[in-house]
Amino acid sequence: MMGMIDTLAAILVTVVTAATPLVFAATGELVNEKAGVLNLGVEGMMLVGAVSGFAAAIATGNPVIAIFVAMLAGALMAFLFGVLTLSLMANQVATGLALTMFGVGLSALIGQDYVGTPIKGLAKLSIPVLTDLPLIGPVIFGQDFLVYLSLVLVAAVAWFLKSTRAGLILRATGESHDAAHALGYSVIGIRYLAVMFGGAMSGLAGAYLSLAYTPMWAENMSAGRGWIALALVVFATWKPGRVLVGAYLFGGVTILQLHAQGAGFAVPSQALSMLPYLATIVVLVAISRDSTRIRLNAPACIGKVFHPET
Amino acid sequence: MLLKLEPRGETSRAMIYLTPLLAILLTLIMGAILFALLGHNPLEAMYAFFISPISNSYGLGELAVKATPLILCAIGLALGFRANVWNIGAEGQLTLGAICGGGLALWFYDSESVFLLPAMALAGALGGLAWAAIPAFLKLRFNANEILTSLMLTYVATLLLSLLVHGPYRDPDGFNFPESRLFADSALLPVMVEGTRLHLGAAVAVFVVLVAWLVVSRSFIGFQIKVIGLTPAAAGYAGFRHHSLVWLTLLTGGALAGLAGLFEVAGPIGQITPVISPGYGFTAIIVAFVGRLHPIGILGAGLLIALSYLGGETVQIEMGLPQAVTGVFQGMLLFFLLACDVLIRYRVRWSIGASQEARGTAS
Repeated sequence: MMGMIDTLAAILVTVVTAATPLVFAATGELVNEKAGVLNLGVEGMMLVGAVSGFAAAIATGNPVIAIFVAMLAGALMAFLFGVLTLSLMANQVATGLALTMFGVGLSALIGQDYVGTPIKGLAKLSIPVLTDLPLIGPVIFGQDFLVYLSLVLVAAVAWFLKSTRAGLILRATGESHDAAHALGYSVIGIRYLAVMFGGAMSGLAGAYLSLAYTPMWAENMSAGRGWIALALVVFATWKPGRVLVGAYLFGGVTILQLHAQGAGFAVPSQALSMLPYLATIVVLVAISRDSTRIRLNAPACIGKVFHPET
Repeated sequence: MLLKLEPRGETSRAMIYLTPLLAILLTLIMGAILFALLGHNPLEAMYAFFISPISNSYGLGELAVKATPLILCAIGLALGFRANVWNIGAEGQLTLGAICGGGLALWFYDSESVFLLPAMALAGALGGLAWAAIPAFLKLRFNANEILTSLMLTYVATLLLSLLVHGPYRDPDGFNFPESRLFADSALLPVMVEGTRLHLGAAVAVFVVLVAWLVVSRSFIGFQIKVIGLTPAAAGYAGFRHHSLVWLTLLTGGALAGLAGLFEVAGPIGQITPVISPGYGFTAIIVAFVGRLHPIGILGAGLLIALSYLGGETVQIEMGLPQAVTGVFQGMLLFFLLACDVLIRYRVRWSIGASQEARGTAS
């Protein structure tokens, strides 16, 4: 009995760690989509965040500095995206794709010397008595600090968007940039901030991969999580709380297929590895089929170019 | 603010052709800086990257070999991009082409029929087409975003390929290596120039470019695609069938990518391996944009980007630089192009006073 509970606890802990990078990346993307900007470069920003966080961790040995470096790297990548799409009015879809391809190449270039370098993963929380509780101990009181941060982030973003004046302005920018502009708000400035926040969160998601989830650097280690995060925003119909639900669902699918592989099912491992990607498609279809719901919830100005004088 | 962007009265024709050249120039400058930062003589590195790979006939053949899949994929993608259909899963469609067409070569391993190769090409194209039909169906029936579905299917396709070469496709005499048997001669594309690897697929790619050129510039379908991309509402009033065009562009793109995948396994690779493409399907997106979504432009852009693959290999061998340099170059090129494209619709002005005047005339 205790053995089963321990196994269950171990599975739940890994579900949470698999979900956390998705929570960060999708919440960040949600904020910049709420401001009316679609950034398809999440995957690229995550990889650059992952490699720069890893490099900083090796150089300083300090995980907090490493995480800040990763966020900064992600924000810089997003700034580049902002210069192109906001200042130079380039197509957001094309620029996002370019950002991902650039990020894949750049991270591989930076990371070439780090492949195979071992690193100590982030420390898990340990509170006497509480963490030792069966099941809920390790799951609720035994995670690394970024897991708790991701939960705080979702709550903070939900509150910010719903209950603050700044959040209202940000949403207005995404719903009607012309109206926001007419009211005297700097559409471009707000969007720059939102995009860079999204980038910082993607960088953080990347750092979680290379510092906590699998403490190492490997080329293309995000393996499509950036894209899954983009799908999660649609799945969540642009609501932060639902991003959390979606991310844990995907964490669950990822971990279940890993455990199924470990348990030696008669299904080839590659077929099981397809599950998270197939699940993304299924979920996307299930949500998108109700086009009215998407239209009602999606920011009206998403992906549209804003030029104050046209 | 000293620097100001002003809308031009109409788009600048000259800039449409000039900005790709400007972007290439900026990429070269940034590339030289990058090489210098990595501690290499920039001129030497640039020579190794851009000139030395094509300084002999073998190199020129390799250039065409690498450009072939890029051009085939990009022609299909560009059709979609023109109509605002964002298929970014060409890599997966390419993989399915290799799986289906290459599978046929393994199935009829002992065949010496002259029809084997055409049948493989057909199977490859159909495989890619079927894979692209999924996002098309999901988009039209369920409103699901084709960017995400086509991309997710790329990961699925890669895993499917891995599954097959570890299982049914594996060479029975291959010591358990995850590779298929080497294709028989009847299943290999003939080499067109002695002493190179230049295969028949390159000629097919050029043919496809010409056909696509006729379609986009002369046919009613090409016109419909253009209108739907520029002003969807007008296309609706004109009675153009949006559904048919989404199907047409995605299926064409899928079939061409599938063909490209088959050409890889039946051409330079000669068997089915776990990795059949260094990301040609993704890089084709850059090719499509740098080629201005125009078939002839794509031909040129395909050759240019193919050179970046060869250059990456050369600097890896000669200077020990990582091959990832290629990806950085390709990403930079697309960035600069997108940045420079602002000049097509806007002009840069330097002072505030002048901008007030121009606003009056522009509106």
